[in-house]
Amino acid sequence: MAFRPETAKPLNELAEILLRGPGALSPGERELIATYVSSENDCLFCQSIHGAVAAYYLDGNDQLVLDVKQSAEHAAVSDKLKALLAIAGKVQRGGKNVRPEDIERARREGATDREIHDTVLIAAAFCMYNRYVDGLATCAPDEPNAYRDPGARLAREGYIESTRELAGTSSGAAS
Amino acid sequence: MPYIRVSEKLPGIRSLFAFRPETATPMSELAEVLLHQPGTLSPADRELIATYVSSENDCYYCQTAHGAIAAHHLGGNEALVIDVKRDFEHAAISDKLKALLAIAGKVQRGGKNVQPEDVERARREGATDLEIHDTVLIAAAFCMFNRYVDGLATWAPTDLDGFRERAAKVARDGYLGVLGYIAEARASGNGS
Repeated sequence: MAFRPETAKPLNELAEILLRGPGALSPGERELIATYVSSENDCLFCQSIHGAVAAYYLDGNDQLVLDVKQSAEHAAVSDKLKALLAIAGKVQRGGKNVRPEDIERARREGATDREIHDTVLIAAAFCMYNRYVDGLATCAPDEPNAYRDPGARLAREGYIESTRELAGTSSGAAS
Repeated sequence: MPYIRVSEKLPGIRSLFAFRPETATPMSELAEVLLHQPGTLSPADRELIATYVSSENDCYYCQTAHGAIAAHHLGGNEALVIDVKRDFEHAAISDKLKALLAIAGKVQRGGKNVQPEDVERARREGATDLEIHDTVLIAAAFCMFNRYVDGLATWAPTDLDGFRERAAKVARDGYLGVLGYIAEARASGNGS
């Protein structure tokens, strides 16, 4: 991100709109989708930082974040979010995997067009962020606690403000 | 049929941009910086990387649209675009671009597939840090664009002349023009 500010700007703005902008899905739900996709893509940095942001919104419930990553269908989340996570998982493996029945299930659980759209785009965007971070072999701390404070800060200040300040010390901070 | 209610007049990603202009703006800006703004890699090389990744992701709309833009930059050489998609190592392109396409292909399958020797090969052929960075980000971004277009089952035209016409316009004007077009469509009630 700090290496190429011209691309960092739209990348951070996209994350801000998708994850923190006005929407019917809560920021916690959206961060769980981002975390789940990053986990499926085996991206340590993204799943750790977005997992920490999600836990912050969920009153520190790290266990729920782990449950969603391990088995979304059996986690203590709403049936609507389970249906959206199922769509996100299909998108992660490739756009064409999403079937009409996946969309119908989400609709049955009350998902709107806008929520389905945003779920697909969050999943697609994290297939980008994850590849960007891992494709250039950026550094990621192994210790889960190292992500707690940066995660809380991202949740409070957002992806545009925080990354502006972090730019000098950490590459890939928005993802 | 698209999975969500989008304009029937717009194909592929443009129908999604009209549905959600808030996200269309940064996505278009990203494409503009990566593919159109001046850089040390030619626009043709960058469009070939985008086309190759879209082809590997089996995204008809993106590989056809960006393949047409690449061909336009290459003086209409559509055969070269097909060669790159089929077997870029034997296509009539520079050794540097072959090394960058190899990195893009690894990124398409997952970021961790990129190995130090892939990056060393690109450097040996003269690639700079910025060119390697942009190759990885173009490949990663098309893993997003492709999934966005196919994950919502958007409609794509089959008429290649339409793609060629639009390619000439995008090659000349870049990727931000779509935003004005969408704003107008919304103002006249044709958007979402």
